[in-house]
Amino acid sequence: MNALVKIERVGQSFNTKSGRFTALRDIDLEISKGEVVSLIGHSGCGKSTLLNLIAGLTLPSTGVLLCEDREIPGPGPERAVVFQNHSLLPWMTCFENVMLGVEQVFGRKEGKPKLKSRVEEALAMVHMEHAMHKYPHEISGGMKQRIGIARAFAMEPKILLMDEPFGALDALTRAALQDELNGVMAKTGATVVMVTHDVDEAVLLSDRIVMMTNGPAATIGEILEVKLERPRDRLALAHDPAFGEYRAAVFEFLYRKQLKKAA
Amino acid sequence: MSTVVALKPVVAAATAPPRSVAAAAEPAPPPPVSHHEAAGRLRDVLRNVIPPVFGFGLLLGIWALVAMKAGAIPGPGQTWVAAVKLFADPFYRNGPNDQGIGWNVLASLQRVGIGFGVAAAIGIPMGFLLGRFNFMNRMLDPIISLLRPVSPLAWLPIGLLVFKKADPAATWTIFICSIWPMILNTAEGVRRVPQDYLNVARVLGLPETKVITRILFPAVLPYMLTGIRLSIGTAWLVIVAAEMLTGGVGIGFWVWDEWNNLKVEHIVIAIFVIGIVGLILEQMLLFLAKRFSYESR
Repeated sequence: MNALVKIERVGQSFNTKSGRFTALRDIDLEISKGEVVSLIGHSGCGKSTLLNLIAGLTLPSTGVLLCEDREIPGPGPERAVVFQNHSLLPWMTCFENVMLGVEQVFGRKEGKPKLKSRVEEALAMVHMEHAMHKYPHEISGGMKQRIGIARAFAMEPKILLMDEPFGALDALTRAALQDELNGVMAKTGATVVMVTHDVDEAVLLSDRIVMMTNGPAATIGEILEVKLERPRDRLALAHDPAFGEYRAAVFEFLYRKQLKKAA
Repeated sequence: MSTVVALKPVVAAATAPPRSVAAAAEPAPPPPVSHHEAAGRLRDVLRNVIPPVFGFGLLLGIWALVAMKAGAIPGPGQTWVAAVKLFADPFYRNGPNDQGIGWNVLASLQRVGIGFGVAAAIGIPMGFLLGRFNFMNRMLDPIISLLRPVSPLAWLPIGLLVFKKADPAATWTIFICSIWPMILNTAEGVRRVPQDYLNVARVLGLPETKVITRILFPAVLPYMLTGIRLSIGTAWLVIVAAEMLTGGVGIGFWVWDEWNNLKVEHIVIAIFVIGIVGLILEQMLLFLAKRFSYESR
């Protein structure tokens, strides 16, 4: 399988008041087409930094990131991002928020009715057609995050980057959205990189779990392949011993090998 | 104003539950509840009306007392009689120096409008530049900090020198006093645009024109309206003083003219008129700000 994204010897450091701070070092990772990869680690381990590098929102200090064998020059709609706090624009309706991206990607080639149907399709995929003409402050946090996901999917990105997409939601809403996301990923065959600190979420959703060591100067500690069959069902998996083993492996890494001293 | 708005839902929430409880317990129409509700509404009205009435009563009392002790100042009754006569014909013209109070107010409003409009046309784009480009900010911030504390009236002679006429010079002072809040608030608004929104713009690959129209402008609008409100408030303060110095037609000039005519009751009336016009301007802009703030929409 050919790699969609290649990360080679990437490091990231920042200049701070107390000198140079190395956030990431020696990151090597390949992400194949259609793969779902989770980045997990304790807070401050640079998982969001790595995601921002793939997004192109920041550029690496050392090493190189390639997307389809071309260096990532900056952010763009082919690498759509679902932000942790949804980041919907409050002065636009849900429809307009999704349309903003769709227009940008397909506006030059396609007519208005086609664009409109793309937006409607994306909203239907996350079951939000009913809130199309509502403003973000009129809907709940989970609904906002669904719109954020719809906005990203509607652009038909090569890769979808999610920065703790469900981190700000309550447990029940989170579970509902995870199932939803699982369905959407199965339907579209999307390539996804997701930052999370929720072990169950990582096992449930991903094909591979990239476990990161503690910062500063964090790097990839271990990579766990999750060979659970898809479609994955939350209830059935709860009693599946394999699921438990994967969970245990991640916990083992996080709480035995990388236990945070102060935490 | 705001207390009226804030109190209503509280009262509604307080009276609603007893009604539903009573309806569930006994199907017969419950007259005590409706009575209670009416009493609550009355109490609500009284709570909002009585304190301002007391305030104005106190003002009138002190005013009447001062007028009684110091003979030169006209009392409320005397002023009222003069006001009735004055407002019977607010729009008369007997030559350039003797016009109705309506014309004077309109002339002042026109100066404020023009001076403020030019200030907005220059100040808002400048604010965007200052907020968006750190270099511009560092370049212009010291200049603004130096000039902002200067009374706009100090600029009046410069205006007279440049424009050679009193009327544009007064407008010029309005321009000077309006532009600072506009620049500073717009710049602050641009600086406070959440980084998340700008990241969204970058990820979507929006061109700079779209970033400005779809993201920056709507995000900055509430700050801009605050700047506009502060500008208009200051402009209305300054216009009275400027017109006293420049003459012509205008509420400030009118005050000075009536002082020369020793019609003190007209000066008192002018104080009220200036206050009421200022209050209306402020309320209009508050309404506008509410209309365009995305949180409350």
